[in-house]
Amino acid sequence: MAERVRVRRWAPPGHVRTPFYLRGKTGVIERRLGRFPNPEELAYRQDAARIELVRVRFTAAELWGDGAERPDDTVDAEIYAHWLEPLEAADAP
Amino acid sequence: MPHDHADDPHLSPSGHPYRPDQDEPLTYWQTMEIAIRELLVEKGILTPAEIQAEIDAMDSRSPANGAAVVARAWTDPEYKARLLADASAACRELGFDIGPLRLIAVENTETVHNLIVCTLCSCYPRNLLGLPPDWYKSRAYRSRAVREPRALLAEFGLTLGRDVTLRVHDSTADMRYVVLPRRPEGTEGWDAEALAALVTRDSMIGTGLPRSPGDVASTVAGAEGNG
Repeated sequence: MAERVRVRRWAPPGHVRTPFYLRGKTGVIERRLGRFPNPEELAYRQDAARIELVRVRFTAAELWGDGAERPDDTVDAEIYAHWLEPLEAADAP
Repeated sequence: MPHDHADDPHLSPSGHPYRPDQDEPLTYWQTMEIAIRELLVEKGILTPAEIQAEIDAMDSRSPANGAAVVARAWTDPEYKARLLADASAACRELGFDIGPLRLIAVENTETVHNLIVCTLCSCYPRNLLGLPPDWYKSRAYRSRAVREPRALLAEFGLTLGRDVTLRVHDSTADMRYVVLPRRPEGTEGWDAEALAALVTRDSMIGTGLPRSPGDVASTVAGAEGNG
């Protein structure tokens, strides 16, 4: 069964590579990509920690609700693991 | 014979408006780029020759590189499997210098169509395909590709059926993406070189489909005529 995650609804200042339209949205892990330097530190020439990067798949219905062109279409995006919170299977609809 | 617009000083002989000269002062960021480049040279970190070589290398990359990869995948199932497993390695296997590019290939099928975007900026597989088209970097493309991708594709002339799932890939971080389009019908027996001529840049972004054999019949015949 696909692993469900929710993107954190943070809004920190600075260089962040989590698009606003995905914040607070729930998706499933499509694949794990390995660890990469955290761009939020790298952008400021800090010694960036290597953080797991994950491809998360969101449905159009989850992102746009009734405004989705076709609910089953998807958007995949790469999200750093510290932006993701795991969801219990019990949360599943 | 005079052109229709020959008397209009605002239009070229072919009837298009002239692009205005860009005689304005440098912008802040243009000045910044020049300052940093000259500092890197002054401090001996880069040489002008190295900078020029990098510009030349980028200019030499084009969608033809991607077309060769796609055509090989169409003709060699084992290569296609390697491409879908590790697209960077598969590009290097064909001799393309893609530097540190981390590439993921996504496959179009009868029931799935893929579309590539970078909503945050302009991430694009430049090290394989060269520089992106200007529209790829526009705010309209970047927002509509996730919010109303089907309406967007229709404006590109590509209307997806309701039985086709559209998968949009937002290049938000370290990966870059290329679409492996479907091989056009009527190309049985074609070799990779002939097939590569069917693969367009847009078909590898997902905003278009490859050409069909009919579209290029005259081009191919012409190429053969030139030996």
